Amino acid sequence: MKAASDNALQRESKARRHSEAWHHLKWPLIALAVVLLFNFFFTPLFFHLEMKDGRIYGSLIDILNRAAPVMLLSLGMTIVIATGGVDLSVGAVMAIAGSIAALLITKSSYSFLSIVILTVCACAVAGTWNGVLVAYAQVQPIVATLILMVAGRGIAQLLTNGQIITFENPSFAFFGGGTFLALPFPITIVAVTFAILSTLVNRTAAGLFIEAVGDNEKASNYSGINTRLVKLAAYTLGGICAGLAGLIVASDIKAADANNAGLYLELDSILAVVVGGTALTGGRFFLLSSLAGALLIQTITTTILTRAIPVEFTLIVKAVVIIIVCLLQSEEFRKKALQLVRRKS
Amino acid sequence: MPQTVPSIEPPLLTLRGIEKSFPGVKALAGVDFTLNRREIHALMGENGAGKSTLIKVLTGVYRRDSGTMQLGGSEIDPRSPQDAQQAGISTVYQEVNLIPHLSVAENISLGRQPKRLGFLRWGEIAQRAEKAIARLDLKLDVRKPLSSCSIAVQQLIAIARALDTDARVLILDEPTSSLDTREVEQLFVLMRKLRDQGLGIVFVTHFLDQVYAVSDRITILRNGQRVGDYAAVDLSRIELISKMIGKDLSEVERESGGKAKPLSTAREILVQATGLKRKGAVENVDLTIRKGEVVGLAGLLGSGRTETARILFGIDKPDAGKIEIDGHKRELRSARQAIALGFGFSSEDRKTEGIIPNLSVRENIILVLQGQRGWLRLLSRKEQEELAAKYIAMLNIATSDAEKPIRFLSGGNQQKALLARWLASKPRLLILDEPTRGIDVGAKFEIQKLMRSLTNEGMSILFISSELEEVVRSSDRVVILRDRARIAELVGEEISQAAILSSIAGTNESSPE
Ligand SMILES: Nc1ncnc2c1ncn2[C@@H]1O[C@H](COP(=O)(O)OP(=O)(O)OP(=O)(O)O)[C@@H](O)[C@H]1O
Ligand SMILES: [Mg+2]
Repeated sequence: MKAASDNALQRESKARRHSEAWHHLKWPLIALAVVLLFNFFFTPLFFHLEMKDGRIYGSLIDILNRAAPVMLLSLGMTIVIATGGVDLSVGAVMAIAGSIAALLITKSSYSFLSIVILTVCACAVAGTWNGVLVAYAQVQPIVATLILMVAGRGIAQLLTNGQIITFENPSFAFFGGGTFLALPFPITIVAVTFAILSTLVNRTAAGLFIEAVGDNEKASNYSGINTRLVKLAAYTLGGICAGLAGLIVASDIKAADANNAGLYLELDSILAVVVGGTALTGGRFFLLSSLAGALLIQTITTTILTRAIPVEFTLIVKAVVIIIVCLLQSEEFRKKALQLVRRKS
Repeated sequence: MPQTVPSIEPPLLTLRGIEKSFPGVKALAGVDFTLNRREIHALMGENGAGKSTLIKVLTGVYRRDSGTMQLGGSEIDPRSPQDAQQAGISTVYQEVNLIPHLSVAENISLGRQPKRLGFLRWGEIAQRAEKAIARLDLKLDVRKPLSSCSIAVQQLIAIARALDTDARVLILDEPTSSLDTREVEQLFVLMRKLRDQGLGIVFVTHFLDQVYAVSDRITILRNGQRVGDYAAVDLSRIELISKMIGKDLSEVERESGGKAKPLSTAREILVQATGLKRKGAVENVDLTIRKGEVVGLAGLLGSGRTETARILFGIDKPDAGKIEIDGHKRELRSARQAIALGFGFSSEDRKTEGIIPNLSVRENIILVLQGQRGWLRLLSRKEQEELAAKYIAMLNIATSDAEKPIRFLSGGNQQKALLARWLASKPRLLILDEPTRGIDVGAKFEIQKLMRSLTNEGMSILFISSELEEVVRSSDRVVILRDRARIAELVGEEISQAAILSSIAGTNESSPE
């Protein structure tokens, strides 16, 4: 009898857990499906895929490829936001990554792998700097990361002497433009980063600690969690993700453009996280949903571009779709909307 | 005596067949409730019986699934607490719902600030706040931020806020849970005065003494259903308890007997604190805690009980004084460090220092234990579920399942889950600051039994409670604080409410007050 009710308890638990994760994945996916459906009917060849020289080509692949930098940023951003913070500096850190890589490629003879590792380490340091400001100096996250957002681009420009450095380096070009498993290599980078991060948050207690700190920092602290270290680590991870994103962009355009690399992408990645259902106030977070959010944003952009709608509309359409998804996520709103619909009919 | 006059008037408030379900629970299953003018009506029931839910349905926080509500003969259907307030229902909710960084004055007038030409009138806000506070005989600077006040004072401020309106119905959901005897008495004087002015008052509490001290009628809920509605004078204590927990009288009597307290023998010292001093918190506190004993910490509000606990747990650093643990001098710098030494601390402020609101009951329970193991050694899902299930059963936590976010639990059940969090970490010294706040009579008794068996296994407990009776019943030794300093210590047979009260009052006769 007792065992039976325990089992029932556990079964119910499992159902609730799945429904929670699904609930947050559902809305960006539905929105994505709607946009794709629109393209299915109105954009010729949108779903067309073609195999050429061992690589698949097509709009869908293009979307995945173009979304890679924002997807990477949104993974790191999800964790930072989950701790109750935000990181405005990721776009600038991307620029730093580009500049460092360009310097190393043009001025040194390091191998491709060492260049990647050194650059990512530098970006981890940049993220850690944010973390120190937020966790130890107790500066508000927006202010703390605003510092690097502004200064970071300056640093990137200093590194390149204010010039756009172009370079030719076949092995580095692979990072952003190569083909792996018939797909653009950035897709693999995103997949591997996602796999590592989800292992980290699901197979260790890191996920629990991050959510606890974001949800109630004081109570977490009194429960013996090293809240400062958790926050610091979140910003470090954010820096690493930004570094990888910066490398993809630099490798793709074969240049370090300190002025424009990653410009405004911090905002896109925050949007992706919010669309994915992670609350800006911190707590529960959903990595996969953030990826879906990033894909949604990129799909909208690509749709507009391929349909020859004036680009100026991109931002407006993006904003509208995102508002709709955010509203749909609010149970309160759904209830009110349903009531309205019912009253009408 | 208004309460003996048979009511000829129609009832002030009538609820009929109120139903409310949440995913996985039917919180209210057709509840009727009637409140008259000039009446203090106690709403009683175990943790999770549905008291707070009924109040939230009545005041528009939740929408009822079905049922009718009438106030003064006309149907009401409030959609928000503001709606309810406009209709004349003023409420103090169980969890203090004020805004910590705003000033006391702003909190009191929140949502109904006096304005002229769209500008706030600060002078008037402060004046009104001062008046509201004076009604409760409270003296404090209304310009201070709310967060600088203790939980008890915050509770009083919430009450002052509710009283600051022209209400016909006043609802108080466990308003006294953190108040001491004197403040409770003040509140009661005020409640009686308001009743005599014609108000109907709904009063939720788990303190039976208080129920009988002020209430005229009692409605009992059990598992979301109304058991009955009685005149307070007609219902004996033991009947009340047995109706609340749904067991018959003999069972209750048998269970509440036999609480012999083993005398503590001289045992090894676990913690010895001497001359603890911290500006604005404690002046001079000495404290010795031996292995396997319950040390009660008694004193009025502001006497330095919680402050002492916070220092022992490494949250606040003392300016002077020495703490020895197992005979070694230690400087505690953080809660983390204290936990590593085998300490646990269940805070009196369960909302801001206790629960992680959106995490599940399971995650809340395993949090400290997982923190001790470190981030790499994650408790397996199965271990976590087993632990949660074990404590849910052991402490009788009412929840539809372990994955429910803890904020959806009733207040008393949240408190039990927090206790579970610390028990799961198997501390050597457990500091319990008001652990029975909001916990029903049955569960209080269970927790006392539990404390006893834990100490028999060697755990030490530092027990802080405003309820003297509880301190007397559970403690092997009682340390009494007054004005932030230790003034006396009672051991074994000497421990009695009268003795504690006389020390607190500073007299040597054993007569209280
Ligand atoms: N928002 C909610 N979502 C889901 N379940 C809820 C919610 N609010 C209350 N419940 C459930 O409804 C039941 C009744 O809760 P309620 O808070 O009314 O109890 P209570 O009688 O006030 O108990 P206590 O004495 O502990 O305060 C509980 O089982 C609780 O878990
Ligand atoms: Mg309640």
